[in-house]
Amino acid sequence: MSNYPTYLLDRAKITDAHTLAVAQKHGAYEALRKVLKEGISYAEVIRVVKDSGLRGRGGAGFSTGMKWSFMPDPVTDPRPRYLAINADESEPGTCKDRVLMEQDPHGFLEGCLLSAYAIRAKVIYIYVRGEYRAPYNRVLAAIAQARAAGLIGKKILGSDFDCEVWMHKGAGAYICGEETGLMESLEGKRGHPRPKPPFPAAFGLWGQPTTVNNVETVFNAPFIVLRGAEWFKSMGTKTSTGNLLVGVSGHVNRPGVYELPFGVSCREILEDVCGGVWKQRKLKGFLPGGSSTGVLTAAFIDTPMEHDAIKQTGSMLGTAAMIVMDETACMVRAHEIIARFYEHESCGQCSQCREGTQWLHQIFHRIEHGKGRMEDIDMLVTLSRGMAPAKTICALSDAAAIPTLAAVQHFRGEFEDHVKQACCPFLPAGTKRPVFAGAH
Amino acid sequence: MALPARLTTEFTELLTHYPKKQAALIPILHRCQEELGGWISPQTMEDCAEFLGLEAVEVYGVASFYPMFRMRPPGKHVVSVCHNISCALRGADDLLAQVCEITGAAPHHTSADGRFTVATVECQGACANAPMFDLDGVYHEDLTPEKVVKIFGGLDGGK
Ligand SMILES: Cc1cc2nc3c(=O)[nH]c(=O)nc-3n(C[C@H](O)[C@H](O)[C@H](O)COP(=O)(O)O)c2cc1C
Ligand code: SF4
Ligand code: FES
Repeated sequence: MSNYPTYLLDRAKITDAHTLAVAQKHGAYEALRKVLKEGISYAEVIRVVKDSGLRGRGGAGFSTGMKWSFMPDPVTDPRPRYLAINADESEPGTCKDRVLMEQDPHGFLEGCLLSAYAIRAKVIYIYVRGEYRAPYNRVLAAIAQARAAGLIGKKILGSDFDCEVWMHKGAGAYICGEETGLMESLEGKRGHPRPKPPFPAAFGLWGQPTTVNNVETVFNAPFIVLRGAEWFKSMGTKTSTGNLLVGVSGHVNRPGVYELPFGVSCREILEDVCGGVWKQRKLKGFLPGGSSTGVLTAAFIDTPMEHDAIKQTGSMLGTAAMIVMDETACMVRAHEIIARFYEHESCGQCSQCREGTQWLHQIFHRIEHGKGRMEDIDMLVTLSRGMAPAKTICALSDAAAIPTLAAVQHFRGEFEDHVKQACCPFLPAGTKRPVFAGAH
Repeated sequence: MALPARLTTEFTELLTHYPKKQAALIPILHRCQEELGGWISPQTMEDCAEFLGLEAVEVYGVASFYPMFRMRPPGKHVVSVCHNISCALRGADDLLAQVCEITGAAPHHTSADGRFTVATVECQGACANAPMFDLDGVYHEDLTPEKVVKIFGGLDGGK
């Protein structure tokens, strides 16, 4: 396997790294200590993170240093302010934040604290999806240890930096991963995304300045603070710097969560890192970054896994959750599942999304189950164009529409075969897709 | 009726985490579901409303939005089978069929003997270890038909 410098998962691989003693022996809280002991200013932390080129790992890839700098000056705006950590991790295919929280909770907490320091927040909420009981318990235990050691609470490490960290459980709604849906949910309401502007930095949790960051994003911060922007930029590409966690699932020999520099080709990930397509089969296609990113054909497998190159293919890097499909996979069925997911998860505020996701699912379902008409294929395209881009309060509508457009664009022939043969050509003759009573 | 004292003590501490009481609602509903019969009963909603100074209908509006909150009492064991894309690519349909057969429960139903509730759920963040299900709050990953037989065989002391 390829040899690249690593840092994200180094400590996670050590036995008992989730305990404070072991974590500290292997460098946890060193960056926080340095900042507080040497009195490095928040502005300096923001500057180095901005210079490093760190981009958010939650899906949108926005510059983290830039996002932090949008927080108002506490002198002119003394309102309370918050850091909300997005640990909702619900994008199908994505399973990386869980690894960091479970295996290296102290590294994660240090990242949270440094980020709070940079934006001068005194309270951090970690919004964890409700199903993640094991990661939740690990981080909760780590918080108790860190608090007892004076790393959380008042006058951290004897400095004048006060910071509290609270865990908060979600309850199974994907839309609460969208940052404004997350804030509504944290306030104890239905997870209905808010129209933007106002942006969270001006009007966030309880109307106060708030920054929302992904788990893996803040996890990078201590390394950047300790080792510098130049070190960070020595990994990855010019516009996508550092390493990232790539989660690979589907039809591969070795699915898993791997740490790689941005810019490694999807072929290298598939073949060298994951041992190739399973069962000696050929690759049909892949989603490069989770269910919201458009499917690509096998012809795109040499694309580097980094923001710009993936964008040029018409798809998106998303959460770098690569979902691999072999030659036996049915693209209509795959997208029927994805469409069902978005129908289920639409919060219903915008008609394009509420109605559109229902229609998309119904049409995919009917084509897959042999009841489709040729016009249905163009109907998928027309509907999707009515749903995106940026026609709704949040990007869930886009997330449903864009993969649909990609599927039809790249695999139209498969859709037509379903219609012509009035069945799914990928099912062995005589069998039916199971339809379970009551299954949604 | 009101919430049991042990819960109100716990919830009173929880309120200190937030500037506004309502923020504690979802964590409170989780704890109620865990401690009060595995679901959110109308009575629980009223009690939570009273504790937080909300209307019961507001609590219902929130509880019903979130798939993890059950509005009906479940069976003794709850099996949540992921049927999203990464799991589907690695045999989630067969897994669900096997679970239904073993438990005697149809998806989103409880078996006649009240022992099992089976549900399909969306991606659980275990995609690189597909297929998977959650059984009573614990993930079981990289499932094979043999593993599934073993897991259910070992439940309730192998009964
Ligand atoms: C429908 C939807 C779901 C999302 N789900 C998640 C999620 O589960 N985790 C996450 O970190 N970001 C998610 N995001 C992105 C967040 O809105 C936000 O951009 C991100 O948390 C910002 O953090 P970052 O800048 O550190 O990446 C989602 C976005 C949308 C539109
Ligand atoms: S786009 Fe969909 S999920 Fe987002 S706010 Fe509108 S209806 Fe809700
Ligand atoms: S698709 Fe099943 S856990 Fe992600």
